[in-house]
Amino acid sequence: MHINWSALADTAAVSFGITVAVVAAFALGVLSLSRREAATTATPARGGALPLAGATVCFAACAAAVAYGLTLIAS
Amino acid sequence: MEHITFLVAVVIITALAFDFTNGFHDTANAMATSIATGALRPKVAVTIAAILNFAGAFLSVKVASTISGGIVNEKAGIHPSVIFAALAGAILWNLLTWLRGLPSSSSHALYGGLIGATVVGVGLDGVNFTTVVTKIVIPAVASPIVAGLAAWGATKVAYLISRKGNEKTTTKGFKAGQMFSASLISLAHGTNDAQKTMGVITLTLVSVGALPKHALPPTWVIASAGLAIALGTYMGGWRIIRSMGKGLADIQAPQGFSSETAATAVILTSTHMGYGLSTTQVCSGGIMGAGLGGPKGQVNWSMARRMVYTWGLTLPAAAVVAGAAAFVTDRGTWGVLLVGAVLVAGSAGMWWLSRRQPVTAGNVNEVTPVALDVTPAPAAVTPTTASTTVAA
Repeated sequence: MHINWSALADTAAVSFGITVAVVAAFALGVLSLSRREAATTATPARGGALPLAGATVCFAACAAAVAYGLTLIAS
Repeated sequence: MEHITFLVAVVIITALAFDFTNGFHDTANAMATSIATGALRPKVAVTIAAILNFAGAFLSVKVASTISGGIVNEKAGIHPSVIFAALAGAILWNLLTWLRGLPSSSSHALYGGLIGATVVGVGLDGVNFTTVVTKIVIPAVASPIVAGLAAWGATKVAYLISRKGNEKTTTKGFKAGQMFSASLISLAHGTNDAQKTMGVITLTLVSVGALPKHALPPTWVIASAGLAIALGTYMGGWRIIRSMGKGLADIQAPQGFSSETAATAVILTSTHMGYGLSTTQVCSGGIMGAGLGGPKGQVNWSMARRMVYTWGLTLPAAAVVAGAAAFVTDRGTWGVLLVGAVLVAGSAGMWWLSRRQPVTAGNVNEVTPVALDVTPAPAAVTPTTASTTVAA
């Protein structure tokens, strides 16, 4: 019986990597939103443009991961 | 010809019934943690899951066209009566574990049923045991561990990053994220599990010559399989949702998001690589990992142990029940009718037992796990009822 251990290990490593990366990106996005909230309450005039941009980048990365997931489901 | 038509109709109805139990058995996979953290209200959660399971059924027929994944050797001569016995075993095991609130794998129940019924009805050479080990047993052991590790790591990272933020805002953010991660699991589940039923129905139609070999599932098969799994999902397997959402670990929004993301990643990567794994086991493993990675670092080990025992039992138990059923259905029409009667009686009996301690959308988030230590009576009675009726 031939068991392809390396394919199994690859699958495990990729799953682990993607999970941690997506959750890290999402957590950074959530943190940026929280910073933006703090910034807008402290200095309403300037707003929190930088945190907002950061949050947008993070959530866009998560959305890209979701889109890739959808193509995997449909293929 | 008359006999074949009747039998085929019975098999198709039974396959859809299995699909229905598969739906409510597995609602918990996608939605248990979202319901537990309050990201989605129970009724909303099952509605979303039902719609996405239905949609998922139409996305792909890849798994369906290779049903049994080479587990069962089609050339060995599978009759509809063997498939009927396989489904009977899978349904009875699914209902029994649901009654006890245990998230067992519907896929393993189906595989076990197919293996048991084929060995009895066709012979040992009807089953490709190498495929069983490499494509089912090894992934079954590895996938919950991988999902658990990934969820553990992701939970650590999520708490590390978000601890500097305002807790109210971050919790809201993670709850919003859970809607997406849970939806993706539902969609993947619909694609994977509805296809297994389509595959079984198609296999039956091919075996009696109603469809040519290697035929794709007809549209009515795809639509009815999608509908059956969606209806089952909408019923909400509240008993299992409670076990997974509240019984395994105290799950907060960041943990729920981490475990759902881990489950999604493992399911999609493995499906892509051709491993037929169990959504249920992956999601449970993810929840355990998230529980350990969280601030309390706790998992209810007695519940975890019960789940792991059930996982190990699922395939052999469904195989034994299906094997017994195949022995009876092999005797002829009266055998099929007898197994059908036992199946209906057993299902009704388990539903009746479940009414003693109902779990609904209203009380799903209470902490008491179903039939764990509250009412030993129904839990002790159930297995004997099932096994005696089956043996009869």
